[in-house]
Amino acid sequence: MSEAIIQVNHLSKVFGKNTVLKDIDFEVHPQDVTSIIGPSGSGKSTLLRCINLLEEPTGGSILYHGTDITDRGVDVPAYRSKVGMVFQNFNLFNNHTVLGNCMVGQMKVLKKSKEEARKKALFYLEKVGMAEYINAKPRQISGGQKQRVAIARALAMEPEVLLFDEPTSALDPQMVGEVLEVMRQLVKDGLTMIIVTHEMAFAKDVSRRVIFMRDGVIQEEGTPQQIFDHPVNDMTKEFLGRFRRE
Amino acid sequence: MPSTFFGRIAYLIELYGPSFLRGAWYSLVIAIVGTFIGCVIGLVVGIIKTIPVSKKDSTVKRVVLAVVKAVLGAYVEVFRGTPMMAQAMMIYYGAAALFHYNMSMWFAAFFIVSINTGAYMAETVRGGIISIDPGQTEGAMAIGMTHFQTMTSVIMPQALRNIMPQIGNNLIINIKDTCVLSTIGVVELFYATKSVAGALYTYFEAFTIAMVIYFVMTFACSRLLRLLENKMDGPDNYDLATTDTLTHTSGMYPFKKRRAEHE
Repeated sequence: MSEAIIQVNHLSKVFGKNTVLKDIDFEVHPQDVTSIIGPSGSGKSTLLRCINLLEEPTGGSILYHGTDITDRGVDVPAYRSKVGMVFQNFNLFNNHTVLGNCMVGQMKVLKKSKEEARKKALFYLEKVGMAEYINAKPRQISGGQKQRVAIARALAMEPEVLLFDEPTSALDPQMVGEVLEVMRQLVKDGLTMIIVTHEMAFAKDVSRRVIFMRDGVIQEEGTPQQIFDHPVNDMTKEFLGRFRRE
Repeated sequence: MPSTFFGRIAYLIELYGPSFLRGAWYSLVIAIVGTFIGCVIGLVVGIIKTIPVSKKDSTVKRVVLAVVKAVLGAYVEVFRGTPMMAQAMMIYYGAAALFHYNMSMWFAAFFIVSINTGAYMAETVRGGIISIDPGQTEGAMAIGMTHFQTMTSVIMPQALRNIMPQIGNNLIINIKDTCVLSTIGVVELFYATKSVAGALYTYFEAFTIAMVIYFVMTFACSRLLRLLENKMDGPDNYDLATTDTLTHTSGMYPFKKRRAEHE
């Protein structure tokens, strides 16, 4: 087994008196596709946001290639540029065009030349099927298109790991497909991904490992077959039962 | 002296036209430069006041930030909370009395208007920054931008667009408020008008002319700023890039054809 890229140890997060994450442990290895499922409010998104340090963990550690990134004095922006994130609400920069969204990070953070950044941006925009729309502003394109641009923006930074925070939850049903299609392609390309999702069929299909969370605790984890076909934990059974009945 | 009202106005313009124009020009220059510098001060103060403090930051950084923020806060409150006319008197004569420094009139004018506008703009900028969806900041942070990079390439351009009406307000207020600088002897439009009025005892006529000039200046500025706002919004439409975007001389090859060549 190869060395882990990210190692989460005893992670906890408390908002005021509300404990959102309790003693979370898991590892991400190169080319792993990890799906995190569970009911709303179970702490899935908070966990993902902690990994990107958009939320400051209250306890525990997050090791990135062995370095604890929750330590003082860690270059957080440099770390974030290696661990990309795709949000539920896209969060495209409204003041930039589609192309600009994919270039600005490369130029400001990675200090690439304009030409290089443009090339890379166009390469990834073509990958997500948005190369035609480079001149459009985010307000002028649909939700599914925005999310594909957001994925291209994250890819253009060439991260080691890409975090997806419910990437299809804000989309109309017919737009979900186009985004999942892009993500499937990324899995084929061997990108390391952590995906928080409510798309069970997709999670079962693409994941190498599935984590089921509830009440801020990892209740069960295993291969897609273990979790979806032979769940052991009663909570997992109950949660997945709801989806089967549909 | 002509006997009708309009006749006297024409007479004043003929006699003192250049004085009015020079006064108006001074007012306009002081207002524009003051507003511009004030905006820069406001932007800097706004950015500093919104720097997030994390528990992980070193104690030194936190203390320095807290002190700087407190000083800036005091600056905003003091200059917003006292009349510009009193500030002008205090700074102009205070500098001479305390530091034996005789400010030139121009320096004093720019300094007072800028620092006053800066205090107002700091709050406006802060409002502009917090009006931007936090998702924009998160999006920028997530690709590794620092606070400064996030501010300059994502948040500020949007905030600036949103506060343009307020910048326009400030410019117009400044054009009118330069008249308080007459107390320290800056010969702007109000001072010039008063001199003209006193010379021939034609207050009504002279100030009518001044009112018209003030209005023309403010109205022109407000329209120009509206044009600028439209320009900042950019075009409502966009063009599809139908040629291969990977070639820089886009337009030379149709997209499909180049694909075919590669295969």
